[in-house]
Amino acid sequence: MADHAVVADDEVDLSRRKFLTRATIATGAVGTVFAAVPFIESWSPSERARAQGAPTELDLSKLEPGQMTITVWRKSPVYVVRRTPAMVARIAGHDELLKDPQSDKSEQPPYARNPLRSRSAEFLVLIGTCTHLGCLPKQRFSAGELYAGWPGGFFCPCHGSRFDLAGRVFDGSPASTNLRVPPYSYPNARTLLIGADEKGVTS
Amino acid sequence: MTVKTATGAPARLPGGAAPKQGLWAWLNRRLPVDAFLSEQLTGYYAPKNFNVWYFFGSLALFVLVMQLVTGIFLTMFYKPGELTSFDSVEYIMREVDFGWLIRYLHSTGASAFFIVVYLHMFRAFLYGSYRAPRELLWLIGMLVYLALMAEAFMGYVLPWGNMSFWGAQVIVNLFGTIPWIGAPLVEWIRGDYGIADATLNRFFALHVAAIPLALLLLVMLHLVALHETGSNNPDGIEIKEKVGPDGKPLDGIPFHPYYTVKDLVGVGVFLVLFALVVFFTPTLGGVFLEAPNFEPANPMSTPEHIAPVWYFTPYYAILRAVPDQRMGALLMLLAVVSFLFLPWLDRSPVKSMRYRGWISRTALALFAVSFVALGYLGMQPAEGLYVMLARIFAAIYFAFFLLMPFYSRIDAVKPVPDRVIYHAH
Amino acid sequence: MRTDTGRGRHGWLAAALLAAAAAVTHGAWAAEEAAGGPQAAANPEGPARFGADWQSWRAANDVSDIPSVQRGARNFVSYCLGCHSLKYERWSRLGQDLAIPPRLLQQDLLPPGDKPAQYILTSMPAADAEAWFGKTPPDLTLMARARGQDYLYQFLKTFYVDPASQTGANNLRLPTTAMPHVLSELEGLKRAVYKEASATAAGGVTRQQVFDHFEQLAPGRLSAAAYDGFVRDTVNFLDYVSEPTQTARRALGVWVVLFLLVFTWLAWLVKREYWKDVH
Repeated sequence: MADHAVVADDEVDLSRRKFLTRATIATGAVGTVFAAVPFIESWSPSERARAQGAPTELDLSKLEPGQMTITVWRKSPVYVVRRTPAMVARIAGHDELLKDPQSDKSEQPPYARNPLRSRSAEFLVLIGTCTHLGCLPKQRFSAGELYAGWPGGFFCPCHGSRFDLAGRVFDGSPASTNLRVPPYSYPNARTLLIGADEKGVTS
Repeated sequence: MTVKTATGAPARLPGGAAPKQGLWAWLNRRLPVDAFLSEQLTGYYAPKNFNVWYFFGSLALFVLVMQLVTGIFLTMFYKPGELTSFDSVEYIMREVDFGWLIRYLHSTGASAFFIVVYLHMFRAFLYGSYRAPRELLWLIGMLVYLALMAEAFMGYVLPWGNMSFWGAQVIVNLFGTIPWIGAPLVEWIRGDYGIADATLNRFFALHVAAIPLALLLLVMLHLVALHETGSNNPDGIEIKEKVGPDGKPLDGIPFHPYYTVKDLVGVGVFLVLFALVVFFTPTLGGVFLEAPNFEPANPMSTPEHIAPVWYFTPYYAILRAVPDQRMGALLMLLAVVSFLFLPWLDRSPVKSMRYRGWISRTALALFAVSFVALGYLGMQPAEGLYVMLARIFAAIYFAFFLLMPFYSRIDAVKPVPDRVIYHAH
Repeated sequence: MRTDTGRGRHGWLAAALLAAAAAVTHGAWAAEEAAGGPQAAANPEGPARFGADWQSWRAANDVSDIPSVQRGARNFVSYCLGCHSLKYERWSRLGQDLAIPPRLLQQDLLPPGDKPAQYILTSMPAADAEAWFGKTPPDLTLMARARGQDYLYQFLKTFYVDPASQTGANNLRLPTTAMPHVLSELEGLKRAVYKEASATAAGGVTRQQVFDHFEQLAPGRLSAAAYDGFVRDTVNFLDYVSEPTQTARRALGVWVVLFLLVFTWLAWLVKREYWKDVH
């Protein structure tokens, strides 16, 4: 055995060996994590996606009262509704039929956390994606359009979720939260800017 | 022979290893993990006298893995197509977070792959690693080299820069020199009447899927063949001929931990040099990433000097050294193929250059110099003095192989020692 | 308070002096680079042979010199954007990399109607350009990588009057270029002076006219030094735009290489430790 290439010395400092090996493995692990970062980061939305995700502008002067237009922001449809005073009146009076009348569980910026779910009574801005599984709800703004007592709002054809004229979800719907409100602002009275508000451009 | 307990787990013998427990035992009843580790790593003995030339095998494997990973990520953003390829590469370089880094790792990795592989092959020349019983190991390695060349060539076409286009044009046209089937073959390879979108797309499929699979298979075969015969060493001695009472070679050491630990240092040194290039000079003055390729492919405008990437230039120089296109192509093919015959051309009684005489050493030195010189000449325009030099060095290149059966036999030999020469380090 | 050896006591002083020397040297080197080195200084032979050494002119630009790149961006927008696009670069990216606030970007650089997120495109329709010049002015985003900074620098400084050409100008770096001498208002006009040269070839001695030097015909709005600075800034900008990530690349590289050196050193210590077993 003395002739063999590997002779394990009793003098072998096992603790030094262990320490050095552990230090090297630890450094290597740190290096590997750092090396993984660029690959993981590469999956983030690219400059192009971010540019395409820039705020969307909409000219409000073209919108008639009672009308809805659909635009796009960050690959999602955005519903912009110009509510008439009659429509605004039909938002109140059925809070007990709603799952989240105060929008406690729903997603909206602070200025949309009110019964009208908007900055102003006249315009409603919603992400036009049903909060159940993502279909596009259809507009059913007229009173009584769906059934007697229907105050007007949105109806999702996929699984039957119903929302009022502020985008709030009714009991009995498969969806559990109100239609989402994106960040938005009015740079001037005629223009709606979706994706930017007091906090700046949404990141 | 193992003693088992009632549960089927091996019992602990006095002084024996700890029994396999829990998850490890479960796994080993279903997959030969432990057996693999002990046969291929801790129980696989390699000669203890490996020197610096023996780093390049594990480095080649490292670079292969790196190319696969960076390549897969590039494929997530690259869009093959004559209208989209070039733009998508700039998209990666500018708009994908860290896309520039993934791209440079891949492009520098390609060149690094060839540097490592050429040095890996040179080791075989130095120590006779292609000799019996390792002829098949050498041949499989040559197949890896050929697959690598195809992979690199097709990869270079993908950015669809002007050099991508014209390089593809020239190389694919070479196939036209084959008698009779040449012209239809070229059209079949291209899928069109000129290098076009069809060519680009099929090269993409081959580069991303087909050849990497072939490479993985060949590299695995290469390692199986290596483990079958065991590795050669700088003294050219077969260590298996002197075994100890435990059946292990006296001049061998377990691959793990000794060579895993040593190869890690090799990887570290390699990465330092690699990082210096990637981060500070990724184009390496136009050698790794050629300037004309920053212009989109233009079938109406040939670059001033068409040259393949540096790792092909030795063969390109040989191609251009011959005034006749067909003969040039044939000689270029012969230049690559010559390597295959090495195990049978070499008639020396000893394997390693350490124990050979001055003739073999001079021949090898001349060959190495010629290879490098041809590589340089392949990057220059084919004019004047360059052409004459290319012819001279091409002649030396072929003489190395053609005359080997003679000079390897008549050359002096020194006595080969019984045991390997090893100095503690 | 003196000690016996005195050694090590003034180590701090030595280190400080060394650091100062390094800073001064680096500063001088950087200034030299920015000024373009000795060859860009006034020709020692005087204006008579101005341009004789044009092929050795170097851009010697520094992409990390942000003010220079900013000036180059402004130059490009004023004089080049009319015909040449930078279709792979976005305005917003330009603003970000060159620390130009959005308001200034909008005011000074962005053409009216263009949005910051858009790519930098020229307003000249390609078809018209081809009709007017015979060639579409190429996109310049990658020109610095395709031809090199020195090429661009030489190109912008070797225009000369040539009545025989369609544009009235020609160029030494790119003979018969379809590009007119756009910067003539800044550089002024110069003509090429030739001399006879004889070359001995296989068929005997041939005589031909070769370029000797430039002769300034009319001054431009900028002095020679100012025009040189203008060109350098513009080339610097084109260098930046050809690879916007290059500064970040080099910065990251320093850390990566340092880390790898540490790792390799540790790995080597482990290797040495284990290989004590081997005899």
